Amino acid sequence: MITMEKPSASLWRKIKPRYNLSGNICKNCSTAYFPPRIVCRKCGRNSKMESMTFSGNGEIISFTEIRVPPDTFRDEAPYTVGVVKLDEGPLVEGHILENGIKIDIGTKVKAAFRKMYVDGEEGPIYYHYKFEPV
Amino acid sequence: MLMAGIVGYGAYIPIYRIKVEEIAKIWSEDAEAIKHGLGIIEKSVPGRDEDAATIAVEAARRAIKHSGINSGAIGAIYVGSESHPYAVKPTATVVKEAIQANDRMMAADLEFACKAGTAGIQMAMGLVDSGIIKYGMAAGSDTSQGRPGDALEYTASAGGAAFIIGKEKAETIADIIKTVSFTTDTPDFWRREGASFPTHSGRFTGEPGYFRHVTSATKMLLEDTGFKPSDFSYAVFHQPNGKFPRNVAKMLGFTEEQIAPGLMTPIIGNTYSGSSIIGLAATLDVAKPGDRILLTSFGSGAGSDSFAIEVTENIDAKRAKLVKVRDIADAHKKYIDYSTYLKNRNTIKKR
Repeated sequence: MITMEKPSASLWRKIKPRYNLSGNICKNCSTAYFPPRIVCRKCGRNSKMESMTFSGNGEIISFTEIRVPPDTFRDEAPYTVGVVKLDEGPLVEGHILENGIKIDIGTKVKAAFRKMYVDGEEGPIYYHYKFEPV
Repeated sequence: MLMAGIVGYGAYIPIYRIKVEEIAKIWSEDAEAIKHGLGIIEKSVPGRDEDAATIAVEAARRAIKHSGINSGAIGAIYVGSESHPYAVKPTATVVKEAIQANDRMMAADLEFACKAGTAGIQMAMGLVDSGIIKYGMAAGSDTSQGRPGDALEYTASAGGAAFIIGKEKAETIADIIKTVSFTTDTPDFWRREGASFPTHSGRFTGEPGYFRHVTSATKMLLEDTGFKPSDFSYAVFHQPNGKFPRNVAKMLGFTEEQIAPGLMTPIIGNTYSGSSIIGLAATLDVAKPGDRILLTSFGSGAGSDSFAIEVTENIDAKRAKLVKVRDIADAHKKYIDYSTYLKNRNTIKKR
């Protein structure tokens, strides 16, 4: 299994967004962002960015089944990834869990907490949100 | 009388199941005899992306929701497991971050075979009762290992529960009246550092292990409180299989009816650190104000924690936010074959 990124620093910086879908919102124009942005795309220097944790609820707007995965996920295929529109607005890419509910565009999902990948035999374990059909 | 009680709880069981028949087929064993002997029909299996940390997080998030408290007010998190994902690096910190608790926080991982979850409840009770913290969370979570071909393979499963302990009278759904433990050094079951699977002493795990510790702790609790078995509406005993808890209940004078709501092992297997507390959660799911519940866990090595719990009138009002254990166990169940089971458990070696 290949290493996707240098472990410690990057893993640590991304823990809050990855565990809890923590992004931010521009208080000037009420646009929410995930992952968090330093500057609002619309407001530029007038941005008023504040942290915001999303509910994790949303709906699938696009999805596909991966049958030829990157090396990191080679033992996991087939699996489904999709783009989810969160209730608060942002579009988020994520793995979609199988739970017997047939998915389609518009299927409601909620965020779950799962292992995304494990760095070899001795590296860290990367935990991440995944989306679960409801 | 202690002041601490349960403010909220949550459980989590993976969706995957393997039937006794599917395992027995591989080892040319008699499935009916095993089902009868162990009192179990199927067990839960973790997904490839699940471990004791993800299970503890899912249970903890449900507990937070059920309790109605702000996770920032939790002062301690203890996670009990015998399958912590890391040998060194706590599971409790993953749970803390995933429920967005405050950095001002006591946290540690616990291990005491199948009873680390109840040990965590006792630790949280001490901190809450002494006023050091307002709320403490104790979780028991496992993706337990059973050596292929061993009797444990039919029962070792995955799941967990989390309990939030507090003492505000307006918030507790059940008060913990008394707890007592019975502990000895007994080599009935163990897993050495680096070993993939646990080893057990066969029949020795029964009498000197499970039965001696569960009966001793329960009898001490009954003596200390003055209660008789008939003073309890329900009882939950650790469930390594479907048979032991039934037998020990009978030995102690409890009825089948008292243990029925909390007996989850026949349909989910032995979730180790989650086992007795998932049973407690399933019992609280159906309990009414005023009901008394006896809980006695067991961890090999060996020890038992016994609790006398009294349900308060707050339980009904909080039910709206509750996800019940039997609903979790039934939802989205997916049966897998033995080879998928081995893949999910990472038992297949590629090099």
